[in-house]
Amino acid sequence: MGRSKIIGKKKLVRKIDIFDFSSERSEESNSIFKSFDYVQKTQNENKMKTFIKIYFLFLFIITFRQAKLEAKEIIIDKSGKITSIKQALRMCQDGDRLLIKKGYYKEYDIEINKRVQITGEGMPVVDAEFKSGLFHIKADEVRIEGLIIKNSGMSFVTEYAGIKIDSANNCVIRGNKILYNYFAIYIAYGSDCMIENNIISGRKSKSETTSGNGIHLWYCKNITIVNNKISNQRDGIYLEFSENSTIEDNISEDNLRYGLHFMFSHRCVYKGNTFRRNVGGVAVMYTKHVHMYNNKFENNWGPASYGLLLKDITDSEIKNNLFHENSSAIYLENSARLKIDDNNFIDNGWAVKIKSNSMDNEFTKNNFVDNTFDVATGSIKNHVIFNKNFWSKYTGYDLNHDGIGDVPYKPVGLFSAIIENNSPAMMLLRSLFIQILEVAEKVVPTITPVDLEDAQPLIKSVR
Amino acid sequence: MNTILKIIKYELRDVIRSKWILIYFAFLFMITEGMFQFSGSSSKVLLSMINIVLILIPIITISYGIIYMYSSREFTEMLLAQPINRKTLFTGLYSGLALPLSIAYIVGIGIPFIFHGVEENTQIPILSILLLSGIALTFVFTSLAVLISLSSDDKVKGLGIGIFVWLFMAVVYDGALLFGSYLLSEYPLEKPMVGMTMLNPIDLARVLLMLKFDISALMGYTGAIFKKFFGSPIGMLFSTAMLLLWIIVPYQIAKRIFVRKDF
Repeated sequence: MGRSKIIGKKKLVRKIDIFDFSSERSEESNSIFKSFDYVQKTQNENKMKTFIKIYFLFLFIITFRQAKLEAKEIIIDKSGKITSIKQALRMCQDGDRLLIKKGYYKEYDIEINKRVQITGEGMPVVDAEFKSGLFHIKADEVRIEGLIIKNSGMSFVTEYAGIKIDSANNCVIRGNKILYNYFAIYIAYGSDCMIENNIISGRKSKSETTSGNGIHLWYCKNITIVNNKISNQRDGIYLEFSENSTIEDNISEDNLRYGLHFMFSHRCVYKGNTFRRNVGGVAVMYTKHVHMYNNKFENNWGPASYGLLLKDITDSEIKNNLFHENSSAIYLENSARLKIDDNNFIDNGWAVKIKSNSMDNEFTKNNFVDNTFDVATGSIKNHVIFNKNFWSKYTGYDLNHDGIGDVPYKPVGLFSAIIENNSPAMMLLRSLFIQILEVAEKVVPTITPVDLEDAQPLIKSVR
Repeated sequence: MNTILKIIKYELRDVIRSKWILIYFAFLFMITEGMFQFSGSSSKVLLSMINIVLILIPIITISYGIIYMYSSREFTEMLLAQPINRKTLFTGLYSGLALPLSIAYIVGIGIPFIFHGVEENTQIPILSILLLSGIALTFVFTSLAVLISLSSDDKVKGLGIGIFVWLFMAVVYDGALLFGSYLLSEYPLEKPMVGMTMLNPIDLARVLLMLKFDISALMGYTGAIFKKFFGSPIGMLFSTAMLLLWIIVPYQIAKRIFVRKDF
């Protein structure tokens, strides 16, 4: 049976699914919806008709071209008939499967404009020898699996990449090792693609300009990035104007700039990722509806390093994350309506740095443990709500044993307020004089923001 | 040289007999061991030791040194009656004071660390910087103690000056720096701050320790400037030279006074 026909059937099933959904709705015999449903039903019927027409046309074409469209398997082998991927791509048809046998293939600028599936057997190596990019996908539903893709060229003009997907949908990149490239995976104007189980490592370049991003999305939609391991690139994962994507269980570490970097990428979900030892940590900007759950931000340590830098982020949720040993765990600038709950802040320089242009952010049920400074803010006014957090530095008491301290906790210390306005004073860190001042300020607050406090600090840590 | 050693030997015996040095050792040992018991991690112990080194060592050394110098005055006078060169005698006296204190410090802190070990090898340089700066501070404040006790015959006055010197270096100086940095906050102060830090041995030791503890990352631009200076060979040379100056200058002045003093 032709592969296209199967897909055709799949499409039919999908269409019927839509039908089922609308008919379910009409079953909810709600009087307000009834008339609306009727209109929709007729519309759907019309749609169905046109669809059936198209389907038969499609079937017709398929039967007509049946002989040609039989899904072939083309074997590429160094000792076989077909020795190069490009050669195989010239021969193949839509729906074919290209099996690359183990070997070393020195090829670059491999343009894929047919719907093919490329599978490596025993991890064959495709090496561009630093000349140009490698795979350039221009067709939908292309799959690339089980290859070692390495040594793309570097250019300041062209974005050479290990795998570049250009305006294509439903592509799958799975189980590859993408090594020493300028960009590893670069998707522009793509949608519904899946990037899974890849190991990506860059060239250990010294400067940011001579290194590209690990996974780079530009104007993309519905991309799923799961279980990849990215290191030594410029930004581990980079999204710009890319929406509704899921980034899950990836490890992004030792990158030259940020582990994760996105801008204008609304409604994306980040779950269970680990961002570790990146020079700049994680920086995200100009985005609404960000959801970050169960991620780990670790060891992002340096003068300009942040566990999570949030600039112009609004209406987002940051939950159940771990921030461990970052010089600043969370940095908030011009961000509003964030819900930051159930996170662990452990051994950071600053747990939270808040610029005074951030408003209506809520910190609830977080653990703040052994941070040099818990909260720093430049302003004496407070626009942040802290409630029911656990602070390891809290020294209050709980007379009625309800688990909530009877004395509010003020997370902004005197010294952190001083250095916010007078940075050279930082060299007095841990000076006896400062320690004496801290005690005095705790008793009578004068320069720390009076109303920035956790009115209900927890006595025991959450969980 | 032989005479110096002999004097040191007698003084050591005297110092140990007075038991203060043993108490000092026990105190340091118990604090370090206690911290290991409570926090469990060597990195936290190291961080807490900063306070011990920077606050306790100077005050204990200077007050003990001054008290010892006054109380051993008769012994010194007796020795002066012997045919011993005054310079030799002074060197002996000074070493007999500084060495036991340093040894008590190294052993008191070292034993728990040997016992429990460090978690990572990267902590070994931190520990050595901690021990070295502690020893340097011990020598600096012994020099100051000797100088103070020789320049004033009044015991109470001497002790008062000693405590004031400590207070000035540990607290007042930093307060003045903070005040100054506020006053001149329009100017780039990072480099003058480096200079000002060098002038105070406690601050110098503190900054060296801070940089080793990697807290410099927190210090932002200031930290970067400090790290650049103190991390470079020239900076290291400078800070070592400054600490040596703080040992040698009071020592030489005290020696001069001792040689010329009419006991």
